[in-house]
Amino acid sequence: MSPELPAPRANEPSGMAARILEFGEELRREGVAVGTSELLDAFEVIGEISWGAQDDFREALAATLAKSQDDRRVFALVFERFFFRAVEIAAAREGVREDGEAALAELSGEELEALREQIAAALRDGAEGTMRDLARMAIAAFARRQEGSGVIGVDVQRIRRALGLRAEPQPDLPAEDPRRDGLPRDALRRFEALLRRELERAQIERTGSLPPARPLGELDRALPSGPLADLAAVHRVVAQLRRRLATQGLQARGHRRHAHVDVRRTMRASLQTGGVPVVLKFRPRRPRRPEIYVLCDVSTSVTSASVFFLSVLHALHDTFRKMRSFVFIERISEVTDVFEHERNFKVVSERISSDAGVADISGYTDYGRVWSEFLAQVEDDLHPRATVIVLGDARTNGRDPRADVFAQIAARAGRTFWLNPEPRLYWNYGDSVIAAYEQYCTAFECWTTAQLEEFVRALTRPAASAAR
Amino acid sequence: MSDSQAAAPASVSDLATGLRRAGYLPGESTALVAYLATKLGKPVLVEGPAGVGKTELAKALARYLGRELVRLQCYEGLDEAKALYEWNYRKQLLRIQAEASGTGWDAVQEDIFGEEFLLARPLMSAIASPEPVVLLIDEIDKTDQEFEAMLLEVLSDFQISIPELGLVASRTHPIVLLTSNNSRELTEALKRRCLYLWLDYPDLEHELEIVRLHTPELGETIARRLVEVIHMVRELDLKKPPSIAESIDWARSLLLLGVEEIDADTFTETMSVIVKHRADMDVVADRVGLKLRAPADVA
Repeated sequence: MSPELPAPRANEPSGMAARILEFGEELRREGVAVGTSELLDAFEVIGEISWGAQDDFREALAATLAKSQDDRRVFALVFERFFFRAVEIAAAREGVREDGEAALAELSGEELEALREQIAAALRDGAEGTMRDLARMAIAAFARRQEGSGVIGVDVQRIRRALGLRAEPQPDLPAEDPRRDGLPRDALRRFEALLRRELERAQIERTGSLPPARPLGELDRALPSGPLADLAAVHRVVAQLRRRLATQGLQARGHRRHAHVDVRRTMRASLQTGGVPVVLKFRPRRPRRPEIYVLCDVSTSVTSASVFFLSVLHALHDTFRKMRSFVFIERISEVTDVFEHERNFKVVSERISSDAGVADISGYTDYGRVWSEFLAQVEDDLHPRATVIVLGDARTNGRDPRADVFAQIAARAGRTFWLNPEPRLYWNYGDSVIAAYEQYCTAFECWTTAQLEEFVRALTRPAASAAR
Repeated sequence: MSDSQAAAPASVSDLATGLRRAGYLPGESTALVAYLATKLGKPVLVEGPAGVGKTELAKALARYLGRELVRLQCYEGLDEAKALYEWNYRKQLLRIQAEASGTGWDAVQEDIFGEEFLLARPLMSAIASPEPVVLLIDEIDKTDQEFEAMLLEVLSDFQISIPELGLVASRTHPIVLLTSNNSRELTEALKRRCLYLWLDYPDLEHELEIVRLHTPELGETIARRLVEVIHMVRELDLKKPPSIAESIDWARSLLLLGVEEIDADTFTETMSVIVKHRADMDVVADRVGLKLRAPADVA
């Protein structure tokens, strides 16, 4: 700290301010927008709470630094990692060791079984405090049996398996065993996290140094991509998106200045002023909602993404005036009707998979054929105000991409977008031919909700200006 | 003013018990953030799904601190005239007419832009109030971005500039709560000025406590069963999962009906209290109704 700053909390450890700044820096690296004013708030806030309570400390920091639910999630991960590392490095420097391990004697088979049951019971009841101790005991027990592989992720799974902890019911176990009905998934995940942490701690103690910090995987905060299990989460995102779309439309309307004089109404208003047109009446501007054509790949290579896409499609249907939806694998099939008549999403996806008849023989996507069929179907309807959106991974399975036909489509339509559910890193590797199409359209990678929102913004905003 | 000074909480647990007494059971972080808000005088942005008690928190805070609650309900198209202040145009007109002859324009102009002709809207009255208040800006996400920008001045400096009158600065420091259903991303500038509180559905024990607080006459076992069922329903993929308000409503209606036990039949009959969508009703009847039936058959 610079000397001219007052030191109101002189009795605090001097490193704390620096720690918080480092922590803010770390959050920024993970993409949370932390401003200087937020850091100042954080300092102010931690002056108001007691230091002892870790939960209070974390919540207070979170209230000032992480200001949306997404940021919250990132915050929790970074907080965990940052302060864990900070504590461990300090401990390693001071030579402090956790001495709980030595107290654990060799476990016999029966004791191991008892430990198993204890852990299972703790997981079932969600007892956080006991879980941590039990995690350490489990690690100690397995370290003694020389089963450590040295890779933390592998060890965690090994220990979990050896303890017979599973989320699925295990009917062959005795009735009083807590594992019989299956353990709650959340608790299991927490226990794994604890195992991982304790293993890391042990590793740091052994080597006396920190492993390099790993940035948060993009996957930690990616779209929920599992099929039906996470559909609820997808729906929440989509519902939000729909509301946002609705307000954005209004916004665009407000920004535009009226330009066209409505002669008839002006003349009529001028009667009040004796025929002198004092007040000009303008013609109201109605935003032209774009006409949208959506093509959605529903082949197996994009299964998880297409569930998501279909529900986005579903949401978009209410927002745009004219929208025609197609699904394709080898052939193309129009599903506009399905969406129009059916409100329930589950029914929609069932009907698409049963009736659309898009798979032919191989079940692999044939883009070339899809383009020609699409062009044949809509050639006369495509016009410069239409927007074509393609949802797919552009993997042709070695078939001819027929980019020339795609170019024709793009030329006829006003705008063409491509949403690719693969990370940009994988584009143009293997049989991905997105480069061939990208020259005719704007391609977005779309596998997190943030990316999807970015696309929606691109979709709605230029549409408003184009209609001007 | 001295009243509220005396009531200012000294610690987080103080505030938590205070809120409890005011009929609101705060979660841990809720109490903490509310405490920080009273201490630092920063506005709090409360986000979360509908019906988890965001608005109720503001009301309880006002009750606990003995302050008046000034509420500004936001909606699309809300503008400064409705939120800040407006000139009482009719009164001004009457005044001008009354003084039509004699007085010069300058004198009249001085007159008609005085406080007498000002209609204070919620934000204005919160700031100008001689007693400290709790200001609740409800569903801020329903307004336009322009309105948010206007709020910035109010929230960071607690003052409003009126061109004809000058600056109206707050005499006391209001506690400000903004609630949002997250239907639109709020601007960074607004978030920057607020503390952030995310309210989620409470866990089982906490919700049980809340239900018991609101319907103390309901038996312990049936209340627990009720909360368990509510949690089961929330797990499903519904358009509108039942909120805390709805579990309380349900508890009340069960009490009115004099139901002793939640079985499949009572559930299907009273389900409409907690599930409010046609499609949802089918899903819930399917899944939860069956689950409720199954253990009864076994037993």
